Amino acid sequence: MLLEIRNLQLEFRSDRQAVRAVDGVSFSIGPGETLGLVGESGSGKSVTALSIGRLLRTPPAFYPGGEILLAGCDVLKASNRELRALRGRGVSYIFQEPGVSLNPVFRVGAQIKESLRLHRPEAATDAEVARLLQAVGIAAPEMRAKCYPHEMSGGMQQRVMIAMALAAEPKLLVADEPTTALDVTIQAQILALLKDVQQRLGMSLLLITHNLGIVGQMADRVAVMYAGQIVETAPARELLRRPLHPYTRALMQAAPKLGVDGGRLANIPGSVPRPGAMPPGCRFHLRCAIARPACSVKEPALTVVEAGRQVRCPYWNSP
Amino acid sequence: MSAASPLLEVRDLKVHFPVKHGVFGAARGRVKAVDGVSFDLEAGETLGLVGESGCGKTTLGRALARLVPPTAGSIRLEGEDMAHWSGAQLRARRRKWQMIFQDPYNSLDPRMTVGHIIGEALEIHRLAPKAQERQARVRQLLESVGLDGAHAASYPHEFSGGQRQRIGIARALAVDPKLIICDEPVSALDVSVQAQIINLLQDLQQKRGVAYLFVAHDLAVVERISRRVMVMYLGKVVELGSAAAVVRTPQHPYTQALISAVPQIEEQSQRPRIVLSGELPSPIDPPAGCPFHPRCPVAEARCKVEVPLLREIVPGHWAACHLAGGGSSSSQS
Repeated sequence: MLLEIRNLQLEFRSDRQAVRAVDGVSFSIGPGETLGLVGESGSGKSVTALSIGRLLRTPPAFYPGGEILLAGCDVLKASNRELRALRGRGVSYIFQEPGVSLNPVFRVGAQIKESLRLHRPEAATDAEVARLLQAVGIAAPEMRAKCYPHEMSGGMQQRVMIAMALAAEPKLLVADEPTTALDVTIQAQILALLKDVQQRLGMSLLLITHNLGIVGQMADRVAVMYAGQIVETAPARELLRRPLHPYTRALMQAAPKLGVDGGRLANIPGSVPRPGAMPPGCRFHLRCAIARPACSVKEPALTVVEAGRQVRCPYWNSP
Repeated sequence: MSAASPLLEVRDLKVHFPVKHGVFGAARGRVKAVDGVSFDLEAGETLGLVGESGCGKTTLGRALARLVPPTAGSIRLEGEDMAHWSGAQLRARRRKWQMIFQDPYNSLDPRMTVGHIIGEALEIHRLAPKAQERQARVRQLLESVGLDGAHAASYPHEFSGGQRQRIGIARALAVDPKLIICDEPVSALDVSVQAQIINLLQDLQQKRGVAYLFVAHDLAVVERISRRVMVMYLGKVVELGSAAAVVRTPQHPYTQALISAVPQIEEQSQRPRIVLSGELPSPIDPPAGCPFHPRCPVAEARCKVEVPLLREIVPGHWAACHLAGGGSSSSQS
């Protein structure tokens, strides 16, 4: 395994309180594999991903338990020096809003070159910048390298972000909602690009999204998060064909599907509980269609129910 | 007004913005954000409006709400052309239409209580002059959107995104409008909450007979809520038809590409996938001929010179493409 996360606990502490944002998350990603991490806002998926490169500042972020192993490095125990070596070559990131992630006062070519200087100093040349821009599908790369971010469209900016991430030749690319801010036609271009560079470079991909359609198109396996925990993991195809956890099922029914009749949308009542205000027992029981009295008492464990499939619900098999 | 005429008739509506150079500079061009749009909207109907960012869908919505002045054309609401009203005349009729915005976090004043936010509209239009009456009305409105009447004393920050969008809907409903322009009302919400709001909008329409212009970029959401769907590209309507027809048998190559680009939960079907190259051209300098021709996979020589007109391909289903339906269109150059 390239990445292994075991029983990760993440707390945000202030003077007054500690809020547990991630509570016992475990998953792994093999070389060249794509894992889709799915969940609604507040489920803890982004902070889990940021923990892999230790991108959360301490304080307020603390790790009271668990471990993250990336390419042989124990991330939570690593020194600053080890972390610097890990970031970039071990793990690179692209985020939702490329316009915010790029520095507005530098030309994009200079920003890509900076990434090269940090992670592959021997390759910090204009030619390599042009090659990277070309690799992410930008025509006339020498000219485009001289543009400032605001001179580019959102799709173009996201391509630049991908070029910056690829500059380090990372083993793992974390893409956190990479196409949420983009139009569908541009989204299709960026997803096709990500798949293409991943196959060419043999990189692993952690794709964070709330869109199950994207998961079906991109991921090998999926982990569904709810309220700081994983509630279901499965091979992507199987999960979409037959979701087992009541939350996953509800999520799929709540998403309207194109070209499918079906009257009223099934909705999930209420909203995701805030960290620090978790209900007792199963964290989903207040919104669950098949909840029983026992669900408000005992917290269910993530259990293997079939080969390659885990579910955090003892009643997954009952209607 | 006869019973048969539609609630809203929009004819050849244009909204152009001057592009200025420097502080004192003269206009050096015009952005044709909305460029000759015509359509009807029946009372109690939902018309979906889709297109990529920059296509003019938000500007069209704002022009219909009279938040930006139309450059030319007419907007007839219940038979009266309101496109060029102003002052008292406009104010007196504003309650016939309302707007719901995308971002429930930024469209509510954080320093006003929910009761004040909803009650303000009642006050302005003198619909409930007595404070007590107003409070009762606010409570009713909150309950009609699935919130507790006691929430009137709370401030917006105490609510989740979905609840805030409900407050926005209650505010729009306060003046009992005939038409609500919904500008991406569910795009900022999580899937589970999005379904709640879509269902609420549908219930309210059934109970009150309000018409919606539903602007969104998510085709699946638009298909679900709309009776008819209109597709815009570079300020022009390129396709208009029933929701089912537009999604299942799209006539315009742009709509076909848009639909094929939506990632689907179902396994890779035999659906042909069209990945459009390039991006939306600048509306300051739109391409000659058909505005879509530089990205169109089936464009022919005449698409570069002749502007295709919106024509009825099959009854009730319109598209602006020379090649749609295998036929040829009348055109203007």
